[in-house]
Amino acid sequence: MSVTVSIPTPLRPFTAGHDSIELAGDTVGQVLDGLLATHTGLKRHLLQDDGRLRNFVSLYLNETDIRHLASTATPVRSGDVLTIVPSIAGGAPATADTKAALSHAEMLRYSRHLLLPEVGVSGQRKLKAARVLTVGAGGLGSPLSLYLAAAGVGTIGIVDFDVVDLTNLQRQIVHGTSTLGRSKLDSAEERLTDLNPNVRIERHETRLTSQNALETIGEYDIVVDGTDNFPTRYLVNDACVLLGKPNVYGSIFRFEGQASLFYAAKGPCYRCLYSEPPPPGLVPSCAEGGVLGVLPGIIGSIQALETIKWIIGAGTSLLGRLVLFDALKLRFRELELRKDPACPICGTNPSIHELIDYEAFCGIGAEPAYDGPEISPEELDQEMREKGGDLVLIDVREPHEWDIVHIEGARLIPLNQLPERLAELDGHAEIVTHCHHGARSMKALEILKGAGFGKVRSLAGGIDAWAERVETGLPRY
Amino acid sequence: MTLRLSAFLVHEIRRAGERAYPSECCGVLAGHPGEVKDVVKLVPVTNRRTDDPHRYLIAPDDLRRVEAGLRAAGLEVLGCYHSHPDHPAAPSAIDVEQAWPWYSYIIVRVDRGAAAELTSWVLDDDRSAMSPESVDVLSEV
Repeated sequence: MSVTVSIPTPLRPFTAGHDSIELAGDTVGQVLDGLLATHTGLKRHLLQDDGRLRNFVSLYLNETDIRHLASTATPVRSGDVLTIVPSIAGGAPATADTKAALSHAEMLRYSRHLLLPEVGVSGQRKLKAARVLTVGAGGLGSPLSLYLAAAGVGTIGIVDFDVVDLTNLQRQIVHGTSTLGRSKLDSAEERLTDLNPNVRIERHETRLTSQNALETIGEYDIVVDGTDNFPTRYLVNDACVLLGKPNVYGSIFRFEGQASLFYAAKGPCYRCLYSEPPPPGLVPSCAEGGVLGVLPGIIGSIQALETIKWIIGAGTSLLGRLVLFDALKLRFRELELRKDPACPICGTNPSIHELIDYEAFCGIGAEPAYDGPEISPEELDQEMREKGGDLVLIDVREPHEWDIVHIEGARLIPLNQLPERLAELDGHAEIVTHCHHGARSMKALEILKGAGFGKVRSLAGGIDAWAERVETGLPRY
Repeated sequence: MTLRLSAFLVHEIRRAGERAYPSECCGVLAGHPGEVKDVVKLVPVTNRRTDDPHRYLIAPDDLRRVEAGLRAAGLEVLGCYHSHPDHPAAPSAIDVEQAWPWYSYIIVRVDRGAAAELTSWVLDDDRSAMSPESVDVLSEV
């Protein structure tokens, strides 16, 4: 029985240039053995060391791949054509292989990582090749950027446009007393490159907006959200969903924190958890409500941990789980998060296909705050001297704030007690309300006006402006 | 060995790499064999590897179809081209392992979406490595 074996161009150097060879045999395997016996140079290109066909060599009997027949046991008949067909394959080396080789100094620096089989050299190279964007260099951004830099993440992008302020240093540990007044990016870059000079810091000294978010986030593998406000949080979430990037979420308030990993391709996004933002003003910021300094250290470290696990592919991620942390009780709780099929951006029928106006979405600027009459600190000082006890000064802050500092002669009525304590006030008296910076004081004014008090004003800039401009010996907070 | 092709075809390969970024592009080099391999046509082929952006595969069925079409035009498969997104234009271990003898393997490096250097390689007889071959680029008249 004579079968024609058709030889592809690349193998013809091994068949003296012949494009086909007549061979005898009862099965494909026998024909193949005959071919290799007469043309030995073909062997190493067609067979693996164990004698099996290489995976990129296909044999077609007439028009059919022998893998769909009986493989090399397929019987052949006279006149059949056996064709050797190449498949052509290859590819770039895996990312970690060439791009991120470790120097001897790096081996030593990351020694404690290399000792962990879950990290090892390959995990450390992945960290070196990784590009992580942290949004914000504040409370959460500080610990997480420090740990990411220490861990050897090759490129860390930081978005921030703020300057280092004395009130930051109680928790923002990437900054220091020596960098007060400088930009947070300068300050963080200096500290992080001192910690690990192998890390490349990419600076984004700007506010993240609907105009620049896709371009900025698009350059990174994974985003860590350390923002302190709802518009930016929704912006980061939506941009990550649209770009298909994972988003490591964290938030803190007073003594409580939350963390999760959002990744719409494989689980829920932030909007699956909170489809709508809270009404403006309902949730105070850390600047208004305070925050325990260690708390962002814990939540930011969880974010750094999840980021590193994601990069090296170790363990079980926080995807689909929301961790709630209560610092006072020292208790972690966990909620299961599911992808919401009705989610407006990652659900089955999304209504959001591009970035929107997040300030408007979060109701900021929609309803103008109450705008009552104000008095400057200098005017108040003047009038207090002239009118004495006829001018009633009401401090609407909390008692613990009163303990920090208060204006001599003022009366403490916390804002939340004011509606019940109106009877204590003389309806004909001239009243000035004040708080820390002026916001609560304006709300107090609204309550008093509504209750029929006529001669009421609010101290512009609160006790902070007073301590800054009039009674400069008072402490500020 | 030498591979000869026009500046236009070089440009086309670079563009294919940029379009496919961050995945790899692949296609067949077609032309006339000889002392100098003359590439006269590129045949883009669907990359059948969708599981890993750092791999490409020209499946045997696809190659058979391409070969049949080329034969009618008097052309032969001379090799293939593919891109290395964010990696050097040098054969990887997997390129060497999967390589056929005699074929020319053009590799174009694509850095962050922009095509960089372009090289061509041929498998050594003992399959241990691939050696560079010179690429003769004909400028357009």
